[in-house]
Amino acid sequence: MNSSFARKALLGAAAPVSALVIAVVVSSIVLLISGSNPVEAYGDMIEHASKLETQVDILNRATPLYLSGVAAAIGFRMNLFNIGVEGQFLLAFIVAAHVGSLVEIPSVFHIALILVVAMSVGGAYAGVAGVLKVTRGVNEVISTIMLNAIAISGLVAWLIIEWKAGGDIAASGGRVTTEPIAESGLLPSLNTWLEVFTREVRQGKELTGVLIIAIAVGILYHVLLNRTVFGYDLRASGANPFAAQAGGVPPKQMVVLAMVLSGAVAGLVGMNELFNTGFFPSNPIRGLGFAGIATALLGRNHPVGVAFAALIFAFLDVSSGILQITGAASREIVVIMQGVIILAAVIAYEVVYRIRLREEAAAAAAAIRQTTAPTPEAAAT
Amino acid sequence: MRFDLQRVPTWARWMIYAAVGVLVLTVVQGFDDTERLTAVSSSQAMLRWAVPIMLAGLGGLFSERAGVVNIGLEGMLILGTWFGAWGAINYGGWWGLLIGVGGGALGGLLHAIATVSFGVDHIISGVAINVLAPGITRFLSSEILVDYDGGSITQSPRVPGVGKFTFPFLAGGDLFGWKSPDMLGWLTRKNWFWVSDMTGLLKGLVTQVSLATMVAFALVPISAWVIWRTRFGLRLRICGEHPHGGETQGINIYLYKYLGVIVSGGLAGLGGAFIASPELSGIYLEGQTNGRGFIGLAALIFGNWRPFGIMAGAMLFGYPFGIGLRDLDGSASHALLLVNTIALGAVLVWAVRRDRRVDAFLAGFLGAAAAVWYFASDTVPDWWISILPFVIVLVVLIFFSQRLRMPRADGYIYRKGEM
Repeated sequence: MNSSFARKALLGAAAPVSALVIAVVVSSIVLLISGSNPVEAYGDMIEHASKLETQVDILNRATPLYLSGVAAAIGFRMNLFNIGVEGQFLLAFIVAAHVGSLVEIPSVFHIALILVVAMSVGGAYAGVAGVLKVTRGVNEVISTIMLNAIAISGLVAWLIIEWKAGGDIAASGGRVTTEPIAESGLLPSLNTWLEVFTREVRQGKELTGVLIIAIAVGILYHVLLNRTVFGYDLRASGANPFAAQAGGVPPKQMVVLAMVLSGAVAGLVGMNELFNTGFFPSNPIRGLGFAGIATALLGRNHPVGVAFAALIFAFLDVSSGILQITGAASREIVVIMQGVIILAAVIAYEVVYRIRLREEAAAAAAAIRQTTAPTPEAAAT
Repeated sequence: MRFDLQRVPTWARWMIYAAVGVLVLTVVQGFDDTERLTAVSSSQAMLRWAVPIMLAGLGGLFSERAGVVNIGLEGMLILGTWFGAWGAINYGGWWGLLIGVGGGALGGLLHAIATVSFGVDHIISGVAINVLAPGITRFLSSEILVDYDGGSITQSPRVPGVGKFTFPFLAGGDLFGWKSPDMLGWLTRKNWFWVSDMTGLLKGLVTQVSLATMVAFALVPISAWVIWRTRFGLRLRICGEHPHGGETQGINIYLYKYLGVIVSGGLAGLGGAFIASPELSGIYLEGQTNGRGFIGLAALIFGNWRPFGIMAGAMLFGYPFGIGLRDLDGSASHALLLVNTIALGAVLVWAVRRDRRVDAFLAGFLGAAAAVWYFASDTVPDWWISILPFVIVLVVLIFFSQRLRMPRADGYIYRKGEM
């Protein structure tokens, strides 16, 4: 019994670990071909990551990645592909920034208002794709991609002009942003807490308070999925929609609800940047939507797995910055590494899954042989 | 006897649709005091914008007819832009296209390995390829393009193209050094209502056409022939309809799925090379595909998984791109609002006659919204111009998604011998 548990754990870890190994091997080959020393490059990255300031950066990067990953994972658990996290979070970002700048109320309410607005907008926008799927049969992959484009180059581009901060644009370096949010609406950084355990954080780095929200979202995601009826219905619909429907799970409502939930979490992706700057910037961070999908894939939609995945991607993103300074290699190598990790991970998961299936089938066959062995026919021969 | 449109041959029916469409454009642009909707340059722009969408769509066709959903088209398009640009800069225009095909096919091969050999979910593998492809091109740029004169990590120097061709007689092209008459141009200059508008748009389709464009359009009938008239096509289709049935016939399903997905990548790669060619940008630029792989996928769905339908979809989606590109004052895109209203009105009539209440309500509502906007404004903002094609894709899918038939085993993870 114990050995089978150990084996199960080993198989579970085999896929992500082998994906990482494959990624390291492939990028080493690429680095060698391009005339760089892979050992030196990796060494520089790891050494850079051992600094406290870099670690703060990594956590700041991992926080939105994790939220984006959980948003994608909620959909994946129900076989829904919410490719539209990018559009949902940018739209939520700008609306939350605008609403937050309109009021000045006690800090707790102000911050809560901003978060609620962001989650509502993200959820509503994702809900459109859910409604289109169940009422009009529009595949959610295509509709969320189109809604992405409509949100990013349409709605956000329009709203930023509508809501742009007053005053001299030339004075702000020609950048168009929304009005800044009052101090009461900004979630404080975690530096004071961090410094209790470590040392003073230098270089003006601040550990984002959204990290706490992200952890809370992760716990809620786990509880919702594994400890509630809704979560059970969600997983059942994802595993076998027909069986779930026969068991009384309304499939259409589940699709819309899952999309709305996914979008609501997506709405939080931009909060990190919002609480840091206080306004919607003229060129907000991009690409977190697709990166979130990758994070969810690598983390197997598991709340802890996604966290690890987010940390790995964040480490690669942040620590590769040092490569530009030391010149050990082109920092673009990490983009290839991330791509290879994902592709290798999804393949490795599939292979491990098949190995497991085969073992289960073999175990079942052995069990049947055992129970059928003492039958009279078998004894007679 | 009542005139029955359904009894007219398909090609003639499409021509009638096109002529009616031009009539609508002609009337509408009269209100807005613009001639851009039916100008020669507009149909030329539409053609250029339609080609990559169409090639991505045809790519999707080969893959999905073989039962493999290919959301990685965007990534393969991206590979095509880089390899196409690199090939063209080093070896000339035609080699650029060919090397672009190779780059895209490489992406297709990767997708095939993941989905066919390892049985990974098709969407997941496609997303992974979409993440990997820009990483590869970025790295290659940082290694190769930065050393070029005028190149950088995000862009290449100018990319040479292939020749252009003007059709003789129709548009006055040269024939062995003799300048033939320009019939369409003559008709266009007459400024006859509707007729001159049609000839104007037609002239754009046959004037100064890039040979690459001609290759792309030739691929439409070729694809149709290959998929429906050859043994290869029959076997490809059985992979997408009933792979286990094909297996009992002794067909190597894995092989045909591989071929379908690799061809798919190659076609998308050609589309990417076209984007980097002087026909559209004349340069490799990071992010220049701008979601056209996904629009190609939408064209595939719009075209009901058929080559000529894909072509029609690509033109429909390419037209607002082409119009928007030169529409600095927004007047032509403003006129398109009324076109949208009329199109939605047609959908409304169709829905009422079929007694489809929800469709009728939706069409009426959207049409009215477009009409209100049209009459309440003189021009449309920049952002509307840039998202119009995506809106059209979404609206088209809202009305027609339920009337489509995708290959039966599309997206099904086939394992040999496992039912």
